[in-house]
Amino acid sequence: MKFSIVVNEGPYTHQASDSAYHFTKAVLAKGHEVFRVFFYHDGVNNATRLTTPPQDDRNIVSRWSKLAQGSELDMVVCVAAAQRRGIVDEGEAKRNGKDATNLAPGFRISGLGQLIEAGIQADRIVVFGD
Amino acid sequence: MSDIKKFMFVNRKAPYGTIYALESLEVVLIAAAFDQNCSMAFLDDGVYQLKKGHQTKGIEVKGFEKTYGALEDYDIEKLYVDQESLAARGLTAEDLCVPVEVVSRAELGKLMEEQDVLLSF
Amino acid sequence: MLHIINKSPLDRNSLDTVLTTAVGDGAILLIEDGVYAATKGNAYEPKLKAAMAKFKVYALQADLEARGIADRVTDGVTTVDYAGFVDLVANNKTNQSWL
Repeated sequence: MKFSIVVNEGPYTHQASDSAYHFTKAVLAKGHEVFRVFFYHDGVNNATRLTTPPQDDRNIVSRWSKLAQGSELDMVVCVAAAQRRGIVDEGEAKRNGKDATNLAPGFRISGLGQLIEAGIQADRIVVFGD
Repeated sequence: MSDIKKFMFVNRKAPYGTIYALESLEVVLIAAAFDQNCSMAFLDDGVYQLKKGHQTKGIEVKGFEKTYGALEDYDIEKLYVDQESLAARGLTAEDLCVPVEVVSRAELGKLMEEQDVLLSF
Repeated sequence: MLHIINKSPLDRNSLDTVLTTAVGDGAILLIEDGVYAATKGNAYEPKLKAAMAKFKVYALQADLEARGIADRVTDGVTTVDYAGFVDLVANNKTNQSWL
């Protein structure tokens, strides 16, 4: 079965990203397919590689990156939400004249259409948020 | 599998206090551009999104009341509003900025069961 | 249909809304702060017990344990791990997160 997962909140304040991560891992462990993980609203803050939690805390961002790498996850960050919150890849930096990028590995920035497509293509879509 | 699905956008949060009401509008417009069968449901504090007369100058935030009026141009004509939520907030359909279909909770529950995709904000 | 609740019923009305809106024969999954609804002695317990006539109620074990309440789960509530969460989503045609 094909799943899509939506993450609406940023890391560390709400449990949403943690829950979504454990859920996504369980989906994969059960042999299902993950069509896409879509990061929306403050959820785009899960995609900054500049995150540096204390050593005894989980690194929510790199955890997602590693999961994406190991399982070829398509992790999409909403472009409008990302622009508002300063989540930038090279293309966005060039377009908007920014002097730095911070998108973590395994994530890509794209439009809201990707969320609708995730709903159309997947058999199930689960939203994690506040 | 058909490429046209029934999407329902469930709104339970008041506008301006958080960004969810605005983002819900953004998503429903995109979904309509994908030619999906779209409806919006408003219940609990979500009914406040449709209260007419938003004046957002004082908080320096872009108002989006007008967008609700534009929804029908995108073939999003099904706006369901929970009667009980309206009543609990001292509102009637006349207080809202667009024509809506006022439904009971039981009717709304049934409509939810008919959907393919439910996105909550 | 699966209804996913992540709020304490004493803080927010999402569970109340589900119980008054949702068609019966569905399942309710309590996660995150939603799991407090499934504890013995909680003021919400009578309402949840009444709802069990209409809904099958599940609670996420990891969230119960994290909050120190895994030993006081209301009778009739089924606990699931994340794999069980996945099964609930897979076995219900649709789901709604009541954020």
